[in-house]
Amino acid sequence: MRSEYKLIFERSHEGRRAYDLPECDAPDAMDQIPEELKANSELALPEIAEVDLVRHYTNLSRRNFGVDNGFYPLGSCTMKYNPKINEELAVAFDDMHPLLDASMSQGCLALMKDMEDMLCEICGMDAFTLQPAAGAHGELTGLMHIRAYHEHRGDFERKVMIVPDAAHGTNPASAAMAGFKVKEIKSAPDGGVDLDALRAAVGPDTAGLMLTNPSTLGLFERNIKEIAKIVHEAGGLLYYDGANLNAIMGIVRPGDMGFDVMHINLHKTFSTPHGGGGPGSGPVGVKKHLIPFMPVPRIEEDENEMYYLDYNKPESIGKIKSFYGNFGVIVKAFCYIRSLGGEGLKEASENAVLNANYVMNKLRGVYDIPHDRICMHECVVTPTEEMMKNEVHTSDIAKALIDRGYHPPTIYFPLIVHEAMMIEPTESEARETLDEFVEAMKGIAEQVKTDPAAIHAAPVTTPVGRPDEVTAARKPIVKYEG
Amino acid sequence: MVPNDRKYTRDHEWVMVEGNVAKMGITAHAAEALGDIVYVELPAVGDEVAMGESYCVVESVKASSSVFSAVNGTVVEINEELDGAPEKLNEDAFENFIAAVEFTEITEDLMDADEYEKFCEEEA
Repeated sequence: MRSEYKLIFERSHEGRRAYDLPECDAPDAMDQIPEELKANSELALPEIAEVDLVRHYTNLSRRNFGVDNGFYPLGSCTMKYNPKINEELAVAFDDMHPLLDASMSQGCLALMKDMEDMLCEICGMDAFTLQPAAGAHGELTGLMHIRAYHEHRGDFERKVMIVPDAAHGTNPASAAMAGFKVKEIKSAPDGGVDLDALRAAVGPDTAGLMLTNPSTLGLFERNIKEIAKIVHEAGGLLYYDGANLNAIMGIVRPGDMGFDVMHINLHKTFSTPHGGGGPGSGPVGVKKHLIPFMPVPRIEEDENEMYYLDYNKPESIGKIKSFYGNFGVIVKAFCYIRSLGGEGLKEASENAVLNANYVMNKLRGVYDIPHDRICMHECVVTPTEEMMKNEVHTSDIAKALIDRGYHPPTIYFPLIVHEAMMIEPTESEARETLDEFVEAMKGIAEQVKTDPAAIHAAPVTTPVGRPDEVTAARKPIVKYEG
Repeated sequence: MVPNDRKYTRDHEWVMVEGNVAKMGITAHAAEALGDIVYVELPAVGDEVAMGESYCVVESVKASSSVFSAVNGTVVEINEELDGAPEKLNEDAFENFIAAVEFTEITEDLMDADEYEKFCEEEA
């Protein structure tokens, strides 16, 4: 299957065209453009016939792997299946322009307002904004609320954001971006927050704590009430990273656990396409005491039950996204929530947790399970000592999975587990699919014993086998040089 | 072999004190655990560093990791070679320091070479 694959530039042949433009009917147009703005050379675009162009991209697309191709257990990413009907329904809003007057956008505004209310109910928060473009942007927005909250009280000393070492890498990055100093605390041996370390870390400089629950180990943080108490008593606020919300919908709510502000990844939990660069959507929910700081505009209803956009919020952190967020994504997520309903969402979470536990239990004895207790929507396993003695590591197992037709799980994350493989099956998958995946994992474990060289050679079914990642990172070539 | 001319932290960093200057780096054990190191985000001369806080980020093909300071003080020298040749940390982590800090205070939570070797064994 392996064949030389040329870049589109390498297929270029002078004079070939896929499309002929009509004669220019505004010959003076060029005269209108100031000399200094004109390009003084031809654009270096590939020249290619239509049939070759179509083949090039069609063949590339066949080498892509998505959730529509197969099982995609990429931990922490929630690559659940996205029902196609949601795409169709989103098309209904295609002709709306974001600059239309509110009076002509009542349907859109009603949908967004409904969405905010539904997210409040699911998460136990008092208000939501749909503006943030994706998860990390949601984190930044949420943290800006925390900063505004402290500064509004005249407390300018709270500059430290506490982040557990198990956190998603975006957490410390967002905190730094929001102007905080990051203090990392170590996890306890059971994978949860170390309460003593937290008690030692909080103080008059504590702005807040960022926490993911279930944690990045796929474990529920059992001490969440105590954690909330410690942070609140120190005067800090509690931030909920909603990356793992898929495990708890309809079962427990961040707002009830004591979180003050949170974000959701609509593109994970609420089934909209992601991976490959977006767009995502990262709504932020807050408790009452943070509502004044929410981004403008807010969607409000006037006395005639008409929706309007309210920009008059003097304490707001301001506008954080052009227009009102990634509206198309919001529509798809809205359709998903509405078609499942409260019971359906709960069932989705229950099945996500069941599937992860099923896979974890089937892999026990074949792979190591560093934190062996009931997991939530994802589980973390590692190669056994025996495998590592054969020089087979997590990355080798991931590569071998590719040859067996699977997207590998997330590897080497969370960082606190040596050689981690984080498997998140999601609720979408049938038992047969999980069984087949488990068999593939067992097959790899078996091959490590009989033929470790084959594992080290994997993948052999892809156009490129093992790229030299080290050289690529140390000496990257980022542009085509023909 | 872990050299016994310096002290070690629980986060697998080494610190070598000469007068009021502490040279700091990561241990061979840390470099090996990280895998091939592809980038070192060095501090700048003049930066203030604090005990237990990150002063450098080491990026490998697997992950990027913070390197924590064993002292409070001001950076007086950095190992600029690491900027173009991060692999030096993989080749010999003990020979290649990251930063030298003129320090006012040093953490008491340090191990000597024997203790550190034992610590690594226990951790494995």
